[in-house]
Amino acid sequence: MDFANFLIQLLNSLQYGLLLFMLAAGLTLIFGIMGVVNLAHGSFYMLGAYLAWALTAQFNSLTLAIVVGCVLALAFGWLLEWLLFRHFYQRDHLDQVLLTFGLIYIFEELRSILWGDDVHSVAVPEAVSQSIQLTENLSYPVYRLVVSGVCIALALGLYGLISKTRLGMKIRAGAFNREMAESLGINIRLIHGVVFALGVTLAAIAGMVAAPISSVYPGMGGSVLIMCFVVVVIGGIGSVRGALVAALLVGLVDTFGKVLVPQIAGMAVYMLMAGVLLYKPEGLFKQ
Amino acid sequence: MTTRRLVLTRSAAVIGAASSGLLLPSIVRAQSSKVRVGFMLPYTGTFAQLGVAIENGFRMAINEQGGKLGGREIEYFKVDDESNPAKGIENANRLVQRDKVDVLIGTVHSGVQMGIHRVARESGVLNLIPNAGVHVATRAQCAPNVFRTSFSNSQPTLALGKAMVDRGHKKAVWITWNYAAGDEAFEGFEQSYTAAGGTIVKKLGLPFPNVEFQALLTEIASIKPDAVACFFAGGGAAKFLKDYAAAGLNKSIQLYGSGFLTEGVLEAAGDAANGVLTTMHYSDSLDTPRNKQFRLDYAKTFKLQPDVYAVQGYDTGLLLIKGANAVKGDLDNKKALYAAMEGATIDSPRGKWTMSKAHNPIQDMYLRKVENRENKVIGIAQKAVADSGAGCRMG
Repeated sequence: MDFANFLIQLLNSLQYGLLLFMLAAGLTLIFGIMGVVNLAHGSFYMLGAYLAWALTAQFNSLTLAIVVGCVLALAFGWLLEWLLFRHFYQRDHLDQVLLTFGLIYIFEELRSILWGDDVHSVAVPEAVSQSIQLTENLSYPVYRLVVSGVCIALALGLYGLISKTRLGMKIRAGAFNREMAESLGINIRLIHGVVFALGVTLAAIAGMVAAPISSVYPGMGGSVLIMCFVVVVIGGIGSVRGALVAALLVGLVDTFGKVLVPQIAGMAVYMLMAGVLLYKPEGLFKQ
Repeated sequence: MTTRRLVLTRSAAVIGAASSGLLLPSIVRAQSSKVRVGFMLPYTGTFAQLGVAIENGFRMAINEQGGKLGGREIEYFKVDDESNPAKGIENANRLVQRDKVDVLIGTVHSGVQMGIHRVARESGVLNLIPNAGVHVATRAQCAPNVFRTSFSNSQPTLALGKAMVDRGHKKAVWITWNYAAGDEAFEGFEQSYTAAGGTIVKKLGLPFPNVEFQALLTEIASIKPDAVACFFAGGGAAKFLKDYAAAGLNKSIQLYGSGFLTEGVLEAAGDAANGVLTTMHYSDSLDTPRNKQFRLDYAKTFKLQPDVYAVQGYDTGLLLIKGANAVKGDLDNKKALYAAMEGATIDSPRGKWTMSKAHNPIQDMYLRKVENRENKVIGIAQKAVADSGAGCRMG
């Protein structure tokens, strides 16, 4: 592999890793702050993709579709938390697994009823549809750079929110010691609703932004879900910084694994996870 | 008239009635009762579209010929296999043991097919495969009661090799998912491409159902082959077509594939798919009176455009009708039933085809080019392509 090729593969890993991060961030927040195992997280990704498709068809603009989609996802997340999840914070993890596993099936069927079972595509917006020529026969779509840019912006925004704002402080306090935070007057129920809605929205944004490059099809949530959990476990449950590092690592291992060791590429990421857990059972970064 | 005598006589009557019922069922069922047809297809998940299309095609064939099989009414049973191989045997048994079907039509996913195949071989139930191309079903594990009306995984790619070399593309990279269907598609490609004088420069694979192609597309760009041949299907195929074009590879390296690369995904892939060449046993744009009529009738009945899966379901219906008519509805007359289906020539929308000794279709493969969201047939890549049937010890 020559140097130019290596750099391009590095770019590929970065882009994949950043997208994974956006998904995993939501999952790790929900898991870390509320202690809820949410297997339906992949369904939110799928929801985002289908929303992008349906709304772009409606408004003829992906950007507008994403904005509206965000609002819808926030509302949906809030509703879901209020209706279902808030009753499961104190329950056993197995109960949560059962609930969210059932939700996967329900969401798949709802999707089938609302939008059908066909494969769809979302057009890349005109403004960013060019490609940059990297080598004589390989070009890189500008849109992929845009996706990475959005992920980085969200990562920074999330960091700012959690560490620099009062809301972030309350979230961290509530995660650290719920009873103490409540007795200090922090409305933990509201905080939890906000965090859950945020987690859902992050996953939905990932789906919306990635829709033009990934196509929109049934079951698309399932394949990302496993990777999501791997990232969360490697990074440390509840740690957003850990999710970022882990996502970039997974991106690297997955990309270079496919090229260098294709026979075991399927296992490579899980071997990474096993390796990390051997030395750091709680993940790379503790919450 | 004592109470005890009353009880005893009445019990005897009940038992007598029940046991006579037990003695007669097979005889009664064979002639005047309904034929039990069981569908084991994916009605949910990625392949849901295909399951529905197959069932639609089958029902259309039956209704065209009067809605009966060999003069008998039909009772349908359905099981959703969810494309889940782990539950294949359990789901197949539901149709065979619980619903006691006479015919099991299924399925799409080759992994699930192996479960059905096991149940079919053990129970002897007639199994018609409307899609799954897994080789062993009509090779080493062929069975007299198993017939396939679709294709074997290597048939489309067996016709691809010569087409590529004829166009001057003598150095190719092969890429697919590392799973049974991908491996078997490669088998056909390797055989036909090397026989025609081509060289497979590199064989790339990624874990199924991983759709992160960027790394391997970068690899392909650095290898600079004359062409790329591949096998992908469904959502993954749409993504591959889009990623291939987005990486600019379609401008310098011709993309070929087993036909499933461009089946059902052309709307999603859009302009990215233009110019892609594929081989398959059918094309929506096949310009024959038979196909045109079929497509009109299907669109009128279901308000949908048919695809290759609908054709395969339709042909399954045609095959079963031929068999049932030959035995005048007596599906227990297995020898005559199987013989009729083995010797059948199916007048399909894809063209006429016959059954091989191992119960797989012998059919023409068309060369198709994607133009404007359509697979245009530009010729016959190879006539009468047959699966090798290697290891089949039947007939």
